[in-house]
Amino acid sequence: MYAATSLAILVVMGLSLVRAVLGPTAFDRVMAVNMFGTKTVLLIAVMGFLTGRPDFLDIAMVYALVNFLSTIAVLRFFERRCQDNDQRTEEQ
Amino acid sequence: MIIDALDIVTAICLALGCFLGISGGVGIYRLPDFYTRMHATSVTDSACAFLILFGLMLQSGFSLVTVKLGFILLFMVLSSPTAAHALAKTAVQFGIEPLLGREDKR
Amino acid sequence: MKYTFYLTIILAAFWLLLSGHYTPFILACGAVSVALTVFLSLRMRVVDEESQPVYLGGNVIGYWLWLIKEITLANIDVCKRIWSPRLDISPTVVCLKASQKTPFGVMVYANSITITPGTICIDVDGNNLEVHALTWSAAEDLLGGEMDKRISALEI
Repeated sequence: MYAATSLAILVVMGLSLVRAVLGPTAFDRVMAVNMFGTKTVLLIAVMGFLTGRPDFLDIAMVYALVNFLSTIAVLRFFERRCQDNDQRTEEQ
Repeated sequence: MIIDALDIVTAICLALGCFLGISGGVGIYRLPDFYTRMHATSVTDSACAFLILFGLMLQSGFSLVTVKLGFILLFMVLSSPTAAHALAKTAVQFGIEPLLGREDKR
Repeated sequence: MKYTFYLTIILAAFWLLLSGHYTPFILACGAVSVALTVFLSLRMRVVDEESQPVYLGGNVIGYWLWLIKEITLANIDVCKRIWSPRLDISPTVVCLKASQKTPFGVMVYANSITITPGTICIDVDGNNLEVHALTWSAAEDLLGGEMDKRISALEI
C-alpha cells in the first residue's frame, strides 16, 4: 500500500520535473519546483511509514519549511529584478 | 476488525490522493498557459496532500506522530496559498499576460 | 503584547513537538532559544496580528467545514476538466470587492480564494481583489459572494 503510494508520488515528481525542464517561462519552472518540493514532503512522510521509522516526519516538517522559504526567496529575486528594470527604463 | 476497517479507509484515502496527484501532474502538461497550470498545482497542494496525510494519520493512532502529521498538514494549508499568490503576483508584475479563453458549456 | 504572548506559546509548542526529550538541561536550552527568537522578532518589528496564524473566535469551525466542502467540490470540477478530452476551460480574470473591514479579514478572504482549486487571487489592492479563474462558472460562484459574506460574518 505504502509502496504503491510512493511510486505514484514519484511519478508525479517526475512529471513536474519534466515541466521544470521544459517550462517556457521562468515562472513555470518555479511553480514546478514548488510542486516538486510539496510532493517530496509527502514522499518522505510515506517513506517513514514504509520503512517503519516515523522519525522521518521531522525531516518532512523541516523540508516543508525550507521549500516554502526557497520559493519565496526566488520570487523575491525576480521582484527585485523587475524593480531594477523599471528604474533603468525610467532613467533612460 | 476495527484495524481492518481503518486499513481500508487508509487505502481509499491514499488511492484518492494518488489519483488527484497524478491528475495535477497531467494537468500541468495539458493546460495551455502559466496561470491555468497554477490551478493544477493547486489541486495537488490542497486535496492530494490532505488525503495522503489524513490516511497516514489514521494508521498512526493517538501518538506524537499524529500531532506531527497534523502540523505538517497545517503548515502546508497555510503556506501553499501564500506561495501561489506570491507566484501569480510576481508573474503579473513581470508582464506575463493571462490567456483568456473561450466559453465553457456547463 | 497580546501577539508577543501568542508567538511565545506557538514557538514553545513547536519546540516541544520537535524535541521529544524532556530533561531539565534540554528544556532550558529550548526556553533560551524561544526567548531569543521572540527577542529577535520584536527587534525586527514583525510581531503583529500576522504572527497569530490561526484565528480563533466566531464560528470558525463552521467556516472550515464549509470551506472543506467547497474545496472538495472544486477539486472534483477541476479534475473532471483536466481529464476531459476537449479540455473544457475558459480562463477568466474578474475583479472582486471585499467587504471585510480589517486587512486581516481581506487576507483570510484572499487566502480562501487561492486555496480553492480553480481560482487564484493574483492581486490585492486595499479592498479590491483581482482573481484569475480557470472557468467562467467558478468565477460566477465567487461573484455570487457567498464566501465574502461568510468571512464578513466571522469577524465581529
